[in-house]
Amino acid sequence: MQDKIRKILKDHGRLAVDANSLAETTDLYQSGMTSHASVNVMLALEGEFDVEFPDHMLKRSVFESIASITSAINQIKN
Amino acid sequence: MFLRVLPLLRARLIRLRTDSPKTCQPGDLTLVLPSHSPLVELARTVGAGTAANFADQVDADARFPHEAVTQLRAHRLLSCYVPQSLGGHGASLNELAFMCEELGKHCSATAMVFAMHQIQVACLVHHCHDDRHLKAYLAQLTQNQHLIGSVTSEVGVGGDMRSSVCAVDVNGDEFTLNKNSTTSSYGAQADDLLVTARTSPTAPSSDQSLVLLAKGQFTMEQTGNWNPMGMRGTGSAPFKLTGKGLTSQIMSTPFATISARTMVPVSHLLWAATWVGNAVASMTRVKSFIKQQARSNPGSLPPTALRMAELAPSIQLLRTSYRYLLTEYESINADPTRYDELSTIGYAVRMNNLKLSGSQLIVDIANKALQICGVAGYKNDSKFAMGRILRDAHAAALMVGNDRILNSNANMLMILKGD
Repeated sequence: MQDKIRKILKDHGRLAVDANSLAETTDLYQSGMTSHASVNVMLALEGEFDVEFPDHMLKRSVFESIASITSAINQIKN
Repeated sequence: MFLRVLPLLRARLIRLRTDSPKTCQPGDLTLVLPSHSPLVELARTVGAGTAANFADQVDADARFPHEAVTQLRAHRLLSCYVPQSLGGHGASLNELAFMCEELGKHCSATAMVFAMHQIQVACLVHHCHDDRHLKAYLAQLTQNQHLIGSVTSEVGVGGDMRSSVCAVDVNGDEFTLNKNSTTSSYGAQADDLLVTARTSPTAPSSDQSLVLLAKGQFTMEQTGNWNPMGMRGTGSAPFKLTGKGLTSQIMSTPFATISARTMVPVSHLLWAATWVGNAVASMTRVKSFIKQQARSNPGSLPPTALRMAELAPSIQLLRTSYRYLLTEYESINADPTRYDELSTIGYAVRMNNLKLSGSQLIVDIANKALQICGVAGYKNDSKFAMGRILRDAHAAALMVGNDRILNSNANMLMILKGD
């Protein structure tokens, strides 16, 4: 799952660093992801993992790191 | 008369703020309705007095409303949002909004300067946590009544407040900061500043800090003219900022958090409150005009009276829309377990909707008010003159451009499931 998330971050996150070099807990916003870019990341994640993030999960803390994104997707799938 | 009343108001304020809740009597409107709070009464006095007296002159000369701001300082209203534990009045956001309305009824520039200053104070109050330097600054504010300016705009970021070119350059326990702003309201009069900048020279543009610069630590060189259509007293010219301070003045909370939790919602709420004041000002002229017509022909309703009745719901809509969101904001802000709600996309969209709808409504209201008063409203030297109100109203859609906000909402609505 994490490889797919990194690919999405690379394609849509507009990060200032290589998505493959990010630690799981690296703050994506501090790595250059803007609010605008984060929406594109969310859309791509929904498409890739066939999930829908409920509105209460559409918040900064859920998308701030690869670890938090992984946890959110697992939570929805389960 | 005001001079005799003001000491009484202040004494009442001190009495109310120091009384324990159990001494309050049921039905005491001062505790139930912010519109009756002593702080709001002080703002009402400054608005109807000094601000009203100088509003036309401030507008004609495109100059800062010195007289009204001096009065606000004299009543220690620049620190009214500072908690009582630090020596302030501990005003609620609701009270601040009512104060903005009161000032906005008479001078939009004074109201907007007051609102923008309080937005900065709110950022410091909500995010100073246990930082003793920032707390000491807020305690000092209650004494020195400094006016805090905001430097968030910057040449090269295309109007995106959440993006910076300039950076904080730390050396030991000091930092330097240089910034070219496109608009810094009352930049020439601000005593202190809150400035956005990248956290370091190597940080990406979205990784920002909010930095406090105190009087004597910076220079603001005006780099362009200020001769706009409206809101002429705000002095929102471009400036070149050169500053130097201690690293303890860099707020520890990331600007992204400060922006989502405080700066954006409080801005939109207090701006909307000033627009309500502006709308009420136009309605006051309309009512006075219609009343004059009615007196000249007793017994019959003036033909434009129906237009006046049509205007009233728009003002009510503007007022209730911001107050609903204000109540929600105060409720969330009082409960740390709910802070996360302020960083949701749904909340950001709702706050943006307030800016979009409010800024359109105020222009619509002022425009209709002009139509009702006709030539009497079109004449600048008439007591029904609508020119300044209408010109000021047009600033609402431009200060943080509505197209930028629409773009942001369009993006967020794609992912949002609810409305």
